[in-house]
Amino acid sequence: MALDKQTIYKISRLARIHVDKVDIDRYASQLSTILDFVEQMNRIDTDNVAPLSHPQDRVLRMREDSVTEHDRRDDLQSVAPMTENGLYLVPKVIE
Amino acid sequence: MERHRALNAFITVDPELSLNQARAADRMLKNGGSRPLTGIPIAHKDIFCTKGVLTTCGSKILSNFVPPYDATLIKRCYEEGMVTLGKTNMDEFAMGSSNETSYFGPVRNPWDQFRVPGGSSGGSAASVTARLCAAATGTDTGGSIRQPAALCGITGLKPTYGRVSRYGMVAFASSLDQGGVLTQSAEDAALLLNVIAGFDPLDSTSVEEPVPDYGSKLKDDIDGLKIGLPKQYFDEGLSPEVEVLIRDALRVLEDHGAVLIDIDLPNSELCVPCYYVIAPSEASSNLSRFDGVRYGYRSEDYEDLVDMYMRTRAEGFGDEVKRRIMIGTYALSAGYYDAYYLKAQKLRRLITHDFERAFELCDVIAGPTTPTAAFEIGAKTSDPISMYLNDIYTISVNLSGLPALSVPAGFAGDLPAGLQLIGPYFSESRLLNIGHRFQMDTEWHRRIPGGFE
Amino acid sequence: MAWETVIGLEVHVQLSTNSKIFSGASTSYGAKPNTQACEVDIALPGVLPVMNKEAARKAVKFGLSVESKINQRSVFARKNYFYPDLPKGYQISQYELPIVVGGHLTIDTGKGEKRIGITRAHLEEDAGKSLHEDFHGMTGIDLNRAGTPLLEIVSEPDMRSPAEAIAYLRKLHTLVRYLEICDGNMQEGSFRCDANVSVRPQGETELGTRTELKNINSFRFIEKAIEYEVERQIDLIEDGGTVVQETRLYDPSRNETRPMRTKEDAHDYRYFPDPDLPPMELDDQFIDSARQQLPELPDTKRHRFMEQHGLGPADAYQLTSDKATADFFEAVLEQTRGDAKTVANWVNSELAGYLNETNMVIESARIDPGMLAELIDRIEDGTISGKIAKDVFRSMWNGEGTADQLIETKALRQITDSGELEKVVDDVLSRSREQVEQYRGGQTKVLGYFVGQVMKETQGKANPQQVNELLKQKLESGD
Repeated sequence: MALDKQTIYKISRLARIHVDKVDIDRYASQLSTILDFVEQMNRIDTDNVAPLSHPQDRVLRMREDSVTEHDRRDDLQSVAPMTENGLYLVPKVIE
Repeated sequence: MERHRALNAFITVDPELSLNQARAADRMLKNGGSRPLTGIPIAHKDIFCTKGVLTTCGSKILSNFVPPYDATLIKRCYEEGMVTLGKTNMDEFAMGSSNETSYFGPVRNPWDQFRVPGGSSGGSAASVTARLCAAATGTDTGGSIRQPAALCGITGLKPTYGRVSRYGMVAFASSLDQGGVLTQSAEDAALLLNVIAGFDPLDSTSVEEPVPDYGSKLKDDIDGLKIGLPKQYFDEGLSPEVEVLIRDALRVLEDHGAVLIDIDLPNSELCVPCYYVIAPSEASSNLSRFDGVRYGYRSEDYEDLVDMYMRTRAEGFGDEVKRRIMIGTYALSAGYYDAYYLKAQKLRRLITHDFERAFELCDVIAGPTTPTAAFEIGAKTSDPISMYLNDIYTISVNLSGLPALSVPAGFAGDLPAGLQLIGPYFSESRLLNIGHRFQMDTEWHRRIPGGFE
Repeated sequence: MAWETVIGLEVHVQLSTNSKIFSGASTSYGAKPNTQACEVDIALPGVLPVMNKEAARKAVKFGLSVESKINQRSVFARKNYFYPDLPKGYQISQYELPIVVGGHLTIDTGKGEKRIGITRAHLEEDAGKSLHEDFHGMTGIDLNRAGTPLLEIVSEPDMRSPAEAIAYLRKLHTLVRYLEICDGNMQEGSFRCDANVSVRPQGETELGTRTELKNINSFRFIEKAIEYEVERQIDLIEDGGTVVQETRLYDPSRNETRPMRTKEDAHDYRYFPDPDLPPMELDDQFIDSARQQLPELPDTKRHRFMEQHGLGPADAYQLTSDKATADFFEAVLEQTRGDAKTVANWVNSELAGYLNETNMVIESARIDPGMLAELIDRIEDGTISGKIAKDVFRSMWNGEGTADQLIETKALRQITDSGELEKVVDDVLSRSREQVEQYRGGQTKVLGYFVGQVMKETQGKANPQQVNELLKQKLESGD
């Protein structure tokens, strides 16, 4: 699968990774090479095979509904890039 | 010490922490209450969150991240009274097989400083090899413990998926990641696994299976052990020098009464393509939390919210990480999900079936850990695919969640190679037993590179 | 051209668990920002989710109550998109295999009953909140709400008018509170609704292009938002335009909808099974235990009230619209001599009136079922008249005492001594010669005048029936 510039732009936006114009061709060629490589999978017929998402097909373990956490805001926000009055600050969100 | 520093094995050393832990260990030893590994120096891969100690995962985006909590594995080592020497260098977010993708620079192989130590747990492997510490922790998503252990001539164990808690281990590919150990011997690996294995209620994929004493069966007889040799692991991709070493190693096991049989893992040759869909897909989602909002690096120059995200992530992640996030994003996106992600998940079941069938015929599977010995730094950085193929013998194990051990099998010239032993779920005791019997008769694991004795 | 409106609703119900769906942080409302956002909720590197069993139980209770199929194996999936109130960059939700599939709710359209299909209900985690007050041109993020369990209940596009949509929502709102799976508080966002709205020419069977209306937090706004959107779509099509499938935001201050900017490129969510959470398997025992926790449901209760207590549909509907009210009614009925209709009247008119006026819920009223039962008994045994009882009720509402205390202290006891009453009647008749003549001349309607006079003299304490009889007797005997 050869990816064109438009697709690279779309993926970069979905993934929220800025790609400089000068790098687009490089990304297109590298990602296309990787996709060609993984497409070898098509050599194997997988019709009627159930997908496997978790090793050993385990099932979910659940916990009881109890509050086990207490307020650690100051501690947790000590590593934040920007906070004020206990809030994380980000560039203005326009809905 | 210069030689040690030149390896670039550590991202962070914290002498104060080490000293405090050493004193605490002394007290435990004096006052009773000590445990088997109390006072033993250990290095931790910089993927495990350590409260109050920088945890970077080899990335610029976490280059300032000091976690407010400890990973479960770290807690267990602290409780044992082990002494932390530092946090080891690694491929960025564990994405790499050479330790060249680290934001903090490549790690050098102690056997040849122009060569890679393997990856992604390259710093852990190099530090154990250079005897900077008795043991190190690592993580293995596609071979990241076994491959560097093999290339550095030490012992590396990747336990069964779910055996060691993933809580506090920065996630790369959640359904494949598994914490484990890099040590000087199978015996050491057993002792350290005793410390880190076990159920953790904080990890929904952690298993409640009882934990045996992994040291108790090390000396068991292996007479009559059936060892399966997959023909796919001895194909044209395997370098002749490594093949010779592996065949010799297998003869040692035969001398102990093990029986070799040929087996077939027909789908395993496609494990690398399968892996390079599943791992990037999961990674693309796991790494979305690095957005510059709650922790980590944030770009200083942006126009608006979306631009802040895009620049933070473009500046914070290295090339290989960005490539994988983009591949994963594409593989999961509308219109491509079935062809890539779903296809890979189906193939994953077939690969797992192969192992199930194989274990009806044999007790363990053996083969090389890597196709070649350590390559030169820079040799494969411009060709991602050739880099990926380094893990061709290790990846299937992760896709199936099986345990596997790599032990030093000998030297091709001056460079070590590893023998890989793969077992059924929760067969760690058996694998360590075989590894130990092998090490009772071989000297490879005792060899120390020049200048580090 | 005649247009038909087609509405489907997606309701986000916050499940009333103590802790979050995947972490041990508290879900209580109104805490200081980010004080209830633990390391899992803020998505620190390395943290992992662990599922809250109670959230699953509450979802199952809902499914059982609307006759859905419970998927004994359901799968958590990641819905990937970037937004600052979504700390992981993905929301854990359910996609291909939700916990609840199918089912229905029956609504009253005014022209009869109508069955609204439920497509599915799935478990997911709530996001945090963006606070748009100005922080030097930036937005503040509070993650206390992040990780609160949600059950998203998706209906079929079965509703044909805003009124039907509201009827469905009210029904659902009643149900989730009956089940005690949600507190139903719309101001606090415990019960939120998105509406998918489209129009098509009457008679057309294909669905028109729909828009999704978000951010509607009251029944009144939902109705207005849908009405506005229907009109907008019809105008657009009639002017030769086409409806664009998009997410729109309702602005109550302007009563209009507008496209949501942040959703522009969020249509590719890249769902995939969450590798941190293996499939959830619920055994028969789990489902049976949830079934045993089911209360009598609103519809069943309403029918029982009609059959067992002989109430009319309107009374029964009003009494059962809220479980606390229904319980109150039955508690009164158990303790009083009064019949069901009488009790229903007191609960539905008097009590409901006061509650409405003061915007209170029945649980917090000062009148308890025992007090109302006592009051009704005093009417039944003739101690006070119905009219006096209303005054007593007001005093009770104001916390002045019980019926018996008030009757005693305010000397409200009805005059039942016939001698005493006869004196008053004679007095009234003797000073109303003119009216007496009229009565005897055949204008029996003036009886009411005499009754009124007697009641006035006795300050309402006379027994009206007794007064009637006595008056008739005196007037007709002719002395």
